Amino acid sequence: MLNLLGDFIAELRAAGIPVSMTEHMDAARAMQAIDLGDRALVRAALATTLVKDGDHLPVFYTAFDVFFSLRSWSSAEELLNPTEDETSAPTGANAPGPRRGSGGASSTMSAEELAELLFRALRDGDANALRRGAGEAVTRYSGMEPGRPVGGTYYLYRTLRNLDLENLERRLSVGEVGELAERLARDEARARVEMLKAEIEREIRERLVEDRGSQALAKSVRKPLPEDVDVMHANREEMAQLERALRPLSRKLATRLARRRRRRRRGPVDLRHTVRRSLSTGGVPIDLRFKPPRPNKPEIIVIADISGSVASFARFTLHLVHAISSQFSKVRSFVFVDGIDEVTSLFEDADDPADAVARINAEADVIAFDGHSDYGRAFSVFHDRFAKDVTRRSTVLILGDARNNYHQAHPEVLADLHHRARAVFWLNPEPLGYWNSGDSIINQYAPYCDRVVECRTLRQLEAFVGELA
Amino acid sequence: MTSLDPRQELAQRLELDQVPPANFASPDDVRTRLAAQGYLSDEAIASVTFLADRLAKPVLVEGPAGTGKTALARAVADATGARLIRLQCYEGLDESKALYEWNYRKQLLRIQAGRGEATGEEWSHLEEDIFAEEFLLRRPLLEAISATDPVVLLIDEVDRVELETEALLLEVLSEYQVSIPELGTVRAHQIPMVFLTSNNTRELSEALKRRCLYLYVGYPDVARERDIIVERVPGISSALAEQIARVVRSLRTLDLKKAPSVAETLDWARTLVLLGREEIGDEDAAATLHILLKYQTDIDRATKELLGRGKTVA
Repeated sequence: MLNLLGDFIAELRAAGIPVSMTEHMDAARAMQAIDLGDRALVRAALATTLVKDGDHLPVFYTAFDVFFSLRSWSSAEELLNPTEDETSAPTGANAPGPRRGSGGASSTMSAEELAELLFRALRDGDANALRRGAGEAVTRYSGMEPGRPVGGTYYLYRTLRNLDLENLERRLSVGEVGELAERLARDEARARVEMLKAEIEREIRERLVEDRGSQALAKSVRKPLPEDVDVMHANREEMAQLERALRPLSRKLATRLARRRRRRRRGPVDLRHTVRRSLSTGGVPIDLRFKPPRPNKPEIIVIADISGSVASFARFTLHLVHAISSQFSKVRSFVFVDGIDEVTSLFEDADDPADAVARINAEADVIAFDGHSDYGRAFSVFHDRFAKDVTRRSTVLILGDARNNYHQAHPEVLADLHHRARAVFWLNPEPLGYWNSGDSIINQYAPYCDRVVECRTLRQLEAFVGELA
Repeated sequence: MTSLDPRQELAQRLELDQVPPANFASPDDVRTRLAAQGYLSDEAIASVTFLADRLAKPVLVEGPAGTGKTALARAVADATGARLIRLQCYEGLDESKALYEWNYRKQLLRIQAGRGEATGEEWSHLEEDIFAEEFLLRRPLLEAISATDPVVLLIDEVDRVELETEALLLEVLSEYQVSIPELGTVRAHQIPMVFLTSNNTRELSEALKRRCLYLYVGYPDVARERDIIVERVPGISSALAEQIARVVRSLRTLDLKKAPSVAETLDWARTLVLLGREEIGDEDAAATLHILLKYQTDIDRATKELLGRGKTVA
């Protein structure tokens, strides 16, 4: 039992969830306090003792399903409590049996019958029928081959493609009139179809666990935590996850910075406040009060490459910088591809940075010639038009991968900006190893930057922006 | 190796005469007893509450505003017949507001009353005297620790205090004791249940998280929200409650500034009952949406998405 728990925790750590020694012990204690036959309870107990961040829960649940799959559950239980009376739960040897049997029996089902079974199961919310249908669907469509080291995404895709979920969703949502009622029925149908998808994914995972064992599979299905997702290579689902993570992240950052600023240094003694406080101690000023310090806020100039490859990175950074704009005396934003345009006004008009970021693509005039990034030209134009605004108070932030498409680099322009500005920082969303390969010319610009930072994940981005303010 | 039951172990450390009996028998017991107080829990909430009681550990409850984090502590207090002691956290909270404070004015009076006689030996008497329990102002944490009747301690919105102030809580959370330099250590006389809530406006320290069980309370699913509405809004039909819960779920999937909380859902349900509606029509929804949503941009977006208004007709 302790071994199993140990392996499970090793997997959580490998996935990036920090689990301390004390938490490991708490989990072990919790296992002693509960009925191990109840899978849901075990899951809740492990979650509450090991995971201390709501964003980490999805990763935990995936790992839990792999390590404590439904099918292996009864056998694991037997393993954990060898002395326990086993009349209620089926034993490990025959637990998969009945399920297999029913799967085999229904494999004579035609495709229409299966679709009908799933439709009824979803309409009536019948969990058992849904499970049977999902099992059948996986047997029929996934085309699983034993022994292949995959995470099952392809099997899931194949199964879902054959099921015609759109039709299913439509059938589930018919029969309502009125805008609101229709919309509600649609959302309800979608939620139910999501249930089916989850069920099929679980079924595939269980079969993979049977095939290859928990630990091998855990490695294939391991997903990075939201803050560790590589922004440049995120898929659609991860991108949605990042978008969701960004708002709370910027809010937290703003709170932290505002507090730090308020507490960092004391101003001069506030005589009025001190005298007022001294009244309660008989006029003796025991408790000195200070005026809040005059904040020394930097001015930020962001120059972002928004060409295809780095667009999402630029969006995230602009969002984050503007969300904490109260920490700076001024934020000006410029975006470029091979032309450059100022977008500060978009952010000033919008009350939510997300709205402004969404408008950039449509409204900024950034393409002068062929729509391939041209850093040299962008910097030159910026220099001609705005160099006078770059002063000793400005910090210049450049976002981009420095892939110049073999255009002229014009590093001397950046050198002059560096001379005028307080500091120049370059954030590069590419992994360090790719810098200066191909058309990346970051080395030509690096001498004129105070720092060039690799910034692939939200975690790195947050750390950098936090330092900036 | 036989290890001690966590409650036993804590009781030994606190030097209690007997191990206080656990409050709950099983997660199902938690569920039924909380339901009797009008609090509908789900599986995670019930299991974590049960474990917190069994392992004698505090629970850190996190989640969006208005999902019943504070209500959970209140319901547990009611269900176990305990007194609820609440510490509302805010920026600038310090130990004199959270733990204890010497009653300075009273001490001063005591000294002034004895002035003239206080010389040499008498002074040491006086000193002992003015640092006695009589001159101690108990703040919520000390109050909870020194209580002899059963209590539930609620530390509300713990994310509002500064990182440094969190450290004040650590001794109470892990040892169930408070050290007062002049008096010595005050140990708990029983094992109180402790709940901390956080709206997640900042990252809490690792030290605090390690000492707590973690519970994430998100928005309830449709079935549970329907049950909550039926439970809390008298005279509502189950069908209307279901419809309300579905509308709210659809709203929460939209990208809104502030998604409707359970509290706002209940307000909306009450309004619809007052209006005598049995079913939500498009008109009712449009007219009462401002109860659920607090930003004009959110209301516009919801009207457009859910009711199909504001679309430009080609």
